[in-house]
Amino acid sequence: MWKLLQIEVFKIFKRPRTYIAFIAIWAIVTLIQVAIYADGAKYMDFVLRDVRESFDIIGRPLNGYFVCFVILQTLLIHVPLLVALVSADMIAGEANMGTLRLLITKPISRTKLLLSKFLASSVYVLLLLVWIAVTGLFLSMAIFGTDGLINAKSYEIIIINGNDVFWRYLLAFCFAALALITVAALGFFFSIFAENSLGPIVATMSVVIVFTILTTLDIPLFQSMKHFFFTSHMIAWKGFFEMKTDAEGIAIPGTIRNLPAILKSAGVLLLHIVLLVGGAITIFNRKDVLS
Amino acid sequence: MKTIKLILFFLVLIPCVAGAQPVTDLLKKVKARLEKVNDYEATGKMKTDVVFLKIPVSNIKSYYKKPNRFKLTRQNGVSLLPKGGVSVNLGSLLLTDDYSTIDAGYSTVNGKKARVVKLLPVSEQTDVVLTTLYIDEAALVILRSNTTTKENGTYEMEMYYGKYTEWGLPDKVIFSFNTKDYKLPKGITLEYDDGTKSADLPKNKKGKVEITYSSYIINKGVSDALLK
Amino acid sequence: MQTIIRVNHLSKTFGDFTAVNDLSFSVQEGNVYGFLGQNGAGKSTTIRMLLTLIRPTAGEIELFGYNLYSHRKEILRNIGAVIERPDLYKYLSGFENLSLFAKMSGVHLKRSQLMDQLELVGIANRSADKVKTYSQGMKQRLGLAIALVHNPQLIVLDEPTNGLDPQGIADMRNLILMLSRKMKKTVFVSSHLLSEVEQVANRMLIIDKGKKLVEGTVADLFAPDETIVHIKTVDTQSCRLVLAESSYGERIQEVHANELTVKIRREEVPELTAFLVGKNVPVLGIAARHSLEDYFLKITSSNQHVEAFTN
Repeated sequence: MWKLLQIEVFKIFKRPRTYIAFIAIWAIVTLIQVAIYADGAKYMDFVLRDVRESFDIIGRPLNGYFVCFVILQTLLIHVPLLVALVSADMIAGEANMGTLRLLITKPISRTKLLLSKFLASSVYVLLLLVWIAVTGLFLSMAIFGTDGLINAKSYEIIIINGNDVFWRYLLAFCFAALALITVAALGFFFSIFAENSLGPIVATMSVVIVFTILTTLDIPLFQSMKHFFFTSHMIAWKGFFEMKTDAEGIAIPGTIRNLPAILKSAGVLLLHIVLLVGGAITIFNRKDVLS
Repeated sequence: MKTIKLILFFLVLIPCVAGAQPVTDLLKKVKARLEKVNDYEATGKMKTDVVFLKIPVSNIKSYYKKPNRFKLTRQNGVSLLPKGGVSVNLGSLLLTDDYSTIDAGYSTVNGKKARVVKLLPVSEQTDVVLTTLYIDEAALVILRSNTTTKENGTYEMEMYYGKYTEWGLPDKVIFSFNTKDYKLPKGITLEYDDGTKSADLPKNKKGKVEITYSSYIINKGVSDALLK
Repeated sequence: MQTIIRVNHLSKTFGDFTAVNDLSFSVQEGNVYGFLGQNGAGKSTTIRMLLTLIRPTAGEIELFGYNLYSHRKEILRNIGAVIERPDLYKYLSGFENLSLFAKMSGVHLKRSQLMDQLELVGIANRSADKVKTYSQGMKQRLGLAIALVHNPQLIVLDEPTNGLDPQGIADMRNLILMLSRKMKKTVFVSSHLLSEVEQVANRMLIIDKGKKLVEGTVADLFAPDETIVHIKTVDTQSCRLVLAESSYGERIQEVHANELTVKIRREEVPELTAFLVGKNVPVLGIAARHSLEDYFLKITSSNQHVEAFTN
């Protein structure tokens, strides 16, 4: 299995298209960094427009942590496309190239073959996240420095102490990995039905986009349904940037407001992964390979 | 929020305003006590209780230099402070203008007897309608001030004194103010809904910032750099 | 001698379409077994079933004496296959492709051993180049190297000469003979060209519409008394009468408007020609084909086949 995984990872990183994702992320991150560097104060004014009149901001709100928050918020909408680009290609791409039948005639069970392929796309997802962490978090920390983090939600503003942020990012990145692996699993699932990768890529993106829109739309019907959309659980990483409050409503540093909710979201995503990959393996094991 | 600054001006005016003799004397004495402080560096903790703000209790340092330079810093991070409010420093109020004072008799503030003085602006231009001061006649410190404005509601400051009474510096300041509603579209914030509901947040609840000073270093000089 | 492949009553249907219909055959160790049929006859479907790409609807497959589905892994370890076009990872080099598939076949070879394999198929000098720069022939050779890299007992080749130029076809033929004679491999090779199979196989099976038509050794199937002579003439009737009065009378097969066929031994063909000329039969042309070719031609209709047989 380990050897198979190595082979699959080797194949992924030998393809030029793999690096498109890394370049795209670097480009988006740089754009956001430049934009905030040049015009960050205006962005902050917009976010805090309701409180700007009555409050003074002390400290450096436009710091590396804030920049990374903006980057994550932006990227985690776009990265699914980059994930789909590789994961939806895992089987369909091989079918298209004609190499799939050669793989299947090798003395390896289809289950192992699929698992190794899925794990390889997960490795790719993890490396994408490491790349986001390097460029979006560490580089931003180096450029903008660190300070407390302002997390502006729709109905409240959470301010986290500077020394209370980093560990939250570690957890958030772990969660983001889970969320993106869910997208990878979706792409992977679609991938077994197609003989070229465009279909599964488009299908994956369509699902992610439609679900995200439904999650975001403030329409009561969708609001009640949104817990059934995996996309609404994908943004649970933000939950790590909220704190418990004491009886007086004062935030308590070092706490997470609703860890059970985040764990539940993680569970939902995990369930999606298990079902999608399990489904893919079951169907693929019975599938005639005609390509 | 300029109004809050105006409150400060009221406080400054107190000694200068002509009115009932005993009140003027009282204000003069209070002012004299405050004027002993040329500068200070204070260490304390700040608690922000605003319905839409979730900020942990934070360690702060505040710096003051005569006549009206004041700066508050927070360790480990960013914070939102009601404009002008927390930077209130009674010693910095040395301006004069035309206001009239009214002796409003006596009242009690947190169990203490206090002389109530109302200050009315003569000018029609200002947002401030009325400021009421509650003064501890024995200790010669201001216990509470209430300011009503035309547009921004009512502000209240409560001061508690201890070790630094002789300098007129409070151990604890509670600043209460009206807050506007806060709202951002969800499309911008891409909210994670963890089930903690936002709807039960009371509207127009008063915001409160409470600063508890643990120590002051008084008249030992404060670098200008710290006040920048 | 071990039975390498045993197929019993194998069928495969796709919806209403029956691709393979109750097919049975067996392949003995050391044979080069030709699997012949026109395009769409069910060859590829059968081969895919042998390689577990497709599950049979009915029937059994045994390889090396074991059930294919219960011993899939062990069996596949002993098979090397080139299925139609050898599609490879175009973005990898020839060497990388070979190394990768060697690992997947469960063998761990040194660089030099892998290079030896590439040497064997004659592309060692291009081993570092990306496969996308290879010609069809080179890809075919690399595909073969991949099929052979784990030293399998059985080699399955599905239409190995497709897309090759005449030189490539000759090379492939020699390679198959070498595999069989020198390396003692069992080779199962499919083709839609009888001539091609005839030259390398010692046994063959012809399949049409998913059903077995004929099976046997090439020597038996191409028996010399099975030559069909097509006589083209402007006067079929007089020709028929001339022949009926002679010893060829019983051997007349079919009579058409301007052609009739006679089944004789191959060496009798010149004699027959002289006889017709002697009797002043207005002959337009005479063509002699083995009855198997004739038979195969009937079931296949494309020009490609006609060309192959007449060459």
